[in-house]
Amino acid sequence: MTVRTGLQILFLGAGLAALSTGPSLAADLKPAIVYDIGGKFDKSFNEGVLHGAERFKQETGTDFRDFEITNDAQREQALRRFAKDGFSPILAVGFSQADAVEKVAGEFPNTKFTIIDSVVNKPNVQSVVFKEQEGSFVVGLLAAKASKTGKVGFVGGMDIPLIRRFACGYVQGVKYADPKAEVFQNMTGTTGDAWKDPVKGGELAKSQMDRGADVVYHAAGATGVGVLRAAADAGKLGIGVDSDQNGLFPGKVLTSMLKRVDNATFRTFKDAKDGAWKPGVETLGLKEEGVGFAEDQFNKALITPDMKSAASSAEADIIAGKIEVHDYMADSKCPM
Amino acid sequence: MSAPFAIPRWADLVLVPVLSVVTAFIVAALVVLAIGVDPWAATVSMVQGSLGSAEGIGFTLYYATDFIFTGLAVALAFQAGLFNIGAEGQAYMGGLGAALVCLHGTALPSWLLIPLGIVGAAVFGGVWAYVPGLLQAKRGSHIVITTIMFNWLATTLMAYLLVNTLREPTSMQPGSSRFVEGAALPTMRAMLGAVGISTAETPLNVAFLLALACAALVWVFVWRTRTGYEIRTVGRNPVAALYGGIAPSRIIVLTMALSGALAAGVAVNEIMGVQHRLLLEFTAGYGFVGIAVALMGRAHPVGVVLASILFGILYQGGAELAFDQPKITRDMIVVIQGLVVLFAGALEGLFRRPLALAFAGFGASRRDRPAKPATLPAPEPSE
Repeated sequence: MTVRTGLQILFLGAGLAALSTGPSLAADLKPAIVYDIGGKFDKSFNEGVLHGAERFKQETGTDFRDFEITNDAQREQALRRFAKDGFSPILAVGFSQADAVEKVAGEFPNTKFTIIDSVVNKPNVQSVVFKEQEGSFVVGLLAAKASKTGKVGFVGGMDIPLIRRFACGYVQGVKYADPKAEVFQNMTGTTGDAWKDPVKGGELAKSQMDRGADVVYHAAGATGVGVLRAAADAGKLGIGVDSDQNGLFPGKVLTSMLKRVDNATFRTFKDAKDGAWKPGVETLGLKEEGVGFAEDQFNKALITPDMKSAASSAEADIIAGKIEVHDYMADSKCPM
Repeated sequence: MSAPFAIPRWADLVLVPVLSVVTAFIVAALVVLAIGVDPWAATVSMVQGSLGSAEGIGFTLYYATDFIFTGLAVALAFQAGLFNIGAEGQAYMGGLGAALVCLHGTALPSWLLIPLGIVGAAVFGGVWAYVPGLLQAKRGSHIVITTIMFNWLATTLMAYLLVNTLREPTSMQPGSSRFVEGAALPTMRAMLGAVGISTAETPLNVAFLLALACAALVWVFVWRTRTGYEIRTVGRNPVAALYGGIAPSRIIVLTMALSGALAAGVAVNEIMGVQHRLLLEFTAGYGFVGIAVALMGRAHPVGVVLASILFGILYQGGAELAFDQPKITRDMIVVIQGLVVLFAGALEGLFRRPLALAFAGFGASRRDRPAKPATLPAPEPSE
């Protein structure tokens, strides 16, 4: 877990720096979180935020408040309510909150807002975005290397540009490793339900495996558990997403594309506590260790030294700019 | 009324719903108690959150606006004996109509653009209900099945359009670009501000008044016009209606189209009033709540408005409750709302029999009179 140790050192540094600044700042910190509609126990994105916040609470003793919205009007309501009650920083999870953050941040210029997965240009808003295409590229490369049939699959959740960005990065990685490889792509659906339909996810994975795929990557929230299960049941390999899902089906999950929302959350709160919180855009890619692939005891046997070195050199090339991973959302097109 | 459990009209309209709601709250209180929260504190936080401040009232009435529209849609169809499950999809499509007008009519002045947007919503919502109505009237395809199917069609179509066609190229969110300023409905805050009253910032807008006007219009239409009479006749007995010279198929199609247009009011409130852009799944289940609202409001506009306000209280109070009591998650709120729907909608017969028995004992002497005179009197004009 190189990513984690690296970040831990980073945080340790930040923590030491905090000791030198006065404790007065820390005493008043009242962080709050407004989750997206998926809810805080979605086993992926929102839950990652919760984990980050819980780690923060554990390490610093500072409690946080959170709220799960049930409809669009509540985004603004919840943000405003937290701001009014003196909470800061207020973390808005998910791109759907952008409009609400923009509006409420204007009303409360002295409150710090952080939004994950979208960009809001306000002097008191920090925007955290991830380069999912880079992480997906690397797991695509690993998938192609692990595949014996030369066919791999992708199961997305809801058909939105963000998920096509995952898919596009993945396809680029697969083709980079094996230009002749075939990639089957399916989206689970077009509504929010597509994030929580593991049965359909499993069926899509099965149909891809029937056509010869032997590695299937999912970017589908709770639906993806069905994808990983189907791959494991068929003796094939799955690839997890967002958090480390290798342990769900040990030995049957090749790796997981990590999107470190937990670290982003932790860092935001920590920075706020240390007085180091800054507005502006933070793009977290491979270079910033915001995305990456998971390596642990569960998939040690699956990642051969050859695969590992290929992945590492691809990572290095992406960071150095030698490989340019196309971002689907830049032009709504995928070159592959 | 010669129903087996006859109760006075006032009891039917007031006592039964009140008893149902009170029972629902008692059961909900037990559930709240079971997870370790003081039910009294929860009730206070719910009532204060929804009615205790200008902001709370604003949100309550904003939710109520959606429920009035969908409740009226379902209630109107009820009057014609139709069970319109499709208010959700009709409202969703109404959003498309409103958005197309607002996105393309940017050069129009506000006083023209807003009414056109409302008409756009009504037309799209109406057409989305017209087709199932037509299928029911001409082919006998059951309206419950077709409207459910049309909900799915609306979801799929809208997702396609919002992801592929209407989405702003730079935006991640599947939604249309923002409407021009002139397309925004005046908010209640701005309107009250114009007459010197300052209130809190809430999503409540002029669509609430439109909803109340629709409720009044539905009442006039159903109970005071010739077509309304035909609708009620078809609802009671289509065969008799046919015999009386009313074409049920025409009434079915017409009622469904109007029902869909009413449901589209949700789009006026949400899209033109609050979000100012078309969003994925902006209907958020309000169409389905409309069914419960119509059931609880006994398919009468006054009942629908009252039930809508109750559901507004549940929604807004529920959000405040989740805020004040971290132990109560949003799923708990759904449980409480579900209990109200269960008791007020599905189990309202629960109190009818005991009440009927009570009233039978109470007013036995009055009811001993013969229901009908032995000989028919001279024909009188019907009331």
